[in-house]
Formats: sequence, structure tokens, C-alpha cells
Amino acid sequence: MISVEKLTKQYGTTTVVDEVSFAVERSSISVIVGTSGSGKSTLLRMINRLVEPTSGRVLLDGTDTRSEPAHLLRRRIGYVIQGHGLFPHRTVAENIATVPRLLGWEESRIRARVEELLRVFQLDPLTYAGAFPHQLSGGQQQRVGVARALAAEPAVLLMDEPFGALDPIIRAKAQEDLLDIQRRFGTTIVLVTHDMDEAFRLGDRVAVMSQGRLLQYARPAVLLTHPADPLVSRMTGLSDRAMKLLSLTTAGEAALPGRGEGPAVAASASLREALSELVWSGAAGAVVIGADGQPCGQLTVAAILARGRP
Amino acid sequence: MSRATLLRLAVLGLLLAFLLSPQRFAPLFAPLTQYGAPPIYDQGNLLTLALAQLGTVCCAAAASTLVAVGLGILVTRPSGAQFLPLSRTLVNVGQTFPPVAVLAVTVPLVGFGEKPTLIALFAYGLLPIFENTVTGLRTCPASVLEAASGMGMSAGQRLMSVELPLALPLILEGIRLSLVINVGTATIGSTVAAKGLGEVIIAGLLSNNTAFILQGGLVTGLMAILLYDALAALERRVCRTVQLD
Repeated sequence: MISVEKLTKQYGTTTVVDEVSFAVERSSISVIVGTSGSGKSTLLRMINRLVEPTSGRVLLDGTDTRSEPAHLLRRRIGYVIQGHGLFPHRTVAENIATVPRLLGWEESRIRARVEELLRVFQLDPLTYAGAFPHQLSGGQQQRVGVARALAAEPAVLLMDEPFGALDPIIRAKAQEDLLDIQRRFGTTIVLVTHDMDEAFRLGDRVAVMSQGRLLQYARPAVLLTHPADPLVSRMTGLSDRAMKLLSLTTAGEAALPGRGEGPAVAASASLREALSELVWSGAAGAVVIGADGQPCGQLTVAAILARGRP
Repeated sequence: MSRATLLRLAVLGLLLAFLLSPQRFAPLFAPLTQYGAPPIYDQGNLLTLALAQLGTVCCAAAASTLVAVGLGILVTRPSGAQFLPLSRTLVNVGQTFPPVAVLAVTVPLVGFGEKPTLIALFAYGLLPIFENTVTGLRTCPASVLEAASGMGMSAGQRLMSVELPLALPLILEGIRLSLVINVGTATIGSTVAAKGLGEVIIAGLLSNNTAFILQGGLVTGLMAILLYDALAALERRVCRTVQLD
């Protein structure tokens, strides 16, 4: 879907992004994570050409992104930034309608799309369509920002620290919503963050960057079990790597056959949560409850612990 | 109706009443005259003079706005940034050069009448509009501009649908300042035979008639106050639709 090939950006003699190559599969989420100054935002902005690369290229469905004018390319790619960047002089509906208007959609189609998106993002059209951005809460503004980016049904969505300005509780909800929406629309997402937990939570694959170089691009579990560079394990954190690994597997995936004894754990819960539950209740095993409310297997402390090491 | 609105209407009513039938106010001005001089200006229609002055000021302001906003847009584009110091110098010269001096320089070039006054007012009114346009365009939030580009707006679309609307309250404020300064300044145009209330003031000075001086000055002052007030109200309306907080 997106293929980044030897992308390099230099400002004068400083190399901000250094020969980075990676590929993003269709309908997957890739998270670029790194410390500030690692070049992650520049890398993202080179995908929609807000920053023009010094060398290298980006292929979108096999086509070089430089084959069309930058502003036309950007209309096909959703873009969400930290602090949402909503237009303060336009209503929520007008904000969401930005790209469809640029593309010259018919008014009735725009209206229908805006209404659909407001509903998807749990904003009542009657209350919010005519509201101005400053009348919304931070979480609502952020949702409108994402809705605006998705308005023209882009196949690709780029997000630059989209949840950076939200408090932890709203952020967790926003991440949950993003996963839902990604499943619903099948959007291919590239997201930049400095928060490793967010990267692990959202990313199908995580790209770890440092000083302009891509250290490793792999599934989250692989970053923990087979770090390509000492810096990668430093960034993923050594002290709680076992817990991080546990948080990548759900109880349903790890459930053993049979009906165990002990507290109930939802199949959608992570092994980290399951273990926490067992520690808290002092039980040696748990019953895994499926989405239908019926027991679908069991877990033991030993089985969970075995999953927490490579 | 608020007290401010009542006051506004009262001032407007007073001004109109005086301009439409000045003779009724003759008893008020009579004590200011000596040796039986006329208490009300009688060498021309006050209403016509006031409208002529307003017309001159508005024409000059329209031209200043066009040029100053145009320059402001130019110097805030990446390609025009190098013209900022030059433009700033030019509009500053327009403001520092006294309008009287501009009249003295332009009369030999364009002759007597409205033209030299228009040129003087035009030059004098550039600075506030230019500076406010530049400030307005420069203080657009960076995240909003990045979003606009990221959405796929071309540079022109971004300017017209994001930057200018966001800068509009400040630009209007600049136009208001420029207009109000020039309503007063325009009276000097009468020294080079432009129609305006300066004529009344000059006639008063020449014939030592305080009533004339006062009439010219008061009408000019009231026009400036009302214009200032009306434009401020317009700005508040725009600010509400622009929703800047």
C-alpha cells in the first residue's frame, strides 16, 4: 500500500531523516515512534509531501507520490495533527466538509457524509453540526479533527501525535475509537507518537526511530523479544518488558481447553490484565469468558507467565 | 434598547438635524459672533460639504485598503518576505510625511482640487491597515495553517478561505483607525480647494468668526466618532462569525 524507499531529508548539512525504508500493508496500522528530534514527524510529512524529500521516494499503490501536484495528492490522504488544527471560523460541519468541498462533491453527498461521520464519532448532528470548534471539549475537537481527515474516504490516514493534547482517560477512549474506525473503514494508518505504550496498543507494526535512522520496523512482540539494537530495548523499556509482552496477547488467544476454576476474565482482556486479576484475587487460575458470555477456556498463572518470555 | 444605542442615535440625530437645517441652531452660535457676522456658515451648504469630505475620505480609504492589504499579503508569502522591510519603509514614509507637505508637493503635479487631498490621505492611511494586515496574517495559528495545507488546499485557497477570514477582524480595525484619522485630516484639503468642512473652518479663521470654526470642527468630530463607532460594531459582528476567542 505505502512503500517508503530510502527516504532522506537534509536541511543544510544536518540529516533529519536518513535513508529510511519501510512498507505499510493495506488496512494496517503502522506506528512511528521515537524521541523528539528523531525525525519521525518529518518522515510522516514526507509521505504527503508537506516536506519534500531530499532523496528517495514514496510509492502509494505502486505510484510515485511525485507524479501529481502536492495539494492534489494531499486530498487523497487524510491528515490529523496534534491540537487538531480545526478552522476556528468554520462550524464543525464545514470543517468536516473541507476536503469533499475541495474535491467538488455534490452538496447532498457532502451533507450525508458529514452526518454519517458525526454519528460514527458519537456527536449528535443536531447539536454539533452548527457548533464552532471553540464550543467543543478537547476530546470532541480531536474527534472532529479525525472526522475531517476521513471525510473524503481516503485510503490512507496520516496522524501526527493525534492524542498528544488529551488527558489519559480521554486518550484511551480516543485510541479505542480509532481502532474501531480503522476496522470499520479499513483505512491504512501511519501514526507518529513518542509514547511507546500508545505504539504497542495501536500498531500492527512499529517503526522505532532515533536520530533520523530507522532502528527496527517489526511487530510489537518482535521488538520485545528480538530487539535489533540496544537502543530499541532501551526505548521499549527493559524493566517491564515481560508485562508489555503479556499486554500484546488476549486471554482468548492464550486460553487453554477445559473448564478451570477461579475468577472470570473476558476473552478480549489482555494477559496482563488477566494476570493482574489473578494476583489481586490470589487464585491460581481463571475462567475465560467469550464475547457470547459463555466460558470458552481456562488460564493458569503458569500458562500466563510462560507467555511473558520469548 | 441599551443606553449606548440611545446615545448613538441621539448623536446621529443631532448631527443630521444640524446638517439638514443649520439655521435653527443660529441662536446657539450667535453669542460667538461679533459685529453682526452670520452665526451659521452661509457660503455653502453644510450637508454637501460634509458629504463631500466623507466621500473623499472613503475613496482614499478604499485605495489605501486595496494597496495596504495587497502589500500585506505579498510580504507574508514566502516569495514576498524579502519585500517586508521595503514595504514597511514606504508606508512609514506615508505616515511620517505630513499631509500638508504632501499637498504642497502634489499640487504642482496634479493641480488644485480633490486629487492632491486624495493622494495625501491615501498615503497617510496606509500604515495602520498594512501593519494590521501583516500582524493578522502572521498570527494565524500554525496548526490551522498546517491542517489547511495538509487537507490539500492550494496556497491561494488557503489564503482566501483560512488566512484572510482569520485576519479580517484585525484588518478591519486597521481600516477603522485609518478612516477615523483621515476624517479629521481631510479638513486640510480645503487649503487646496478640495470640497470639505475645512472650508468652514478656514472661513472662520479668516473672518475671525469662532462660530464657523466651531461648526466645521464639531461636525467633523461627530462624523469621526460615529464612523468609529459604526465600524467597531461591524468588527464585533465579524469577530462573532470568525469565532476568535
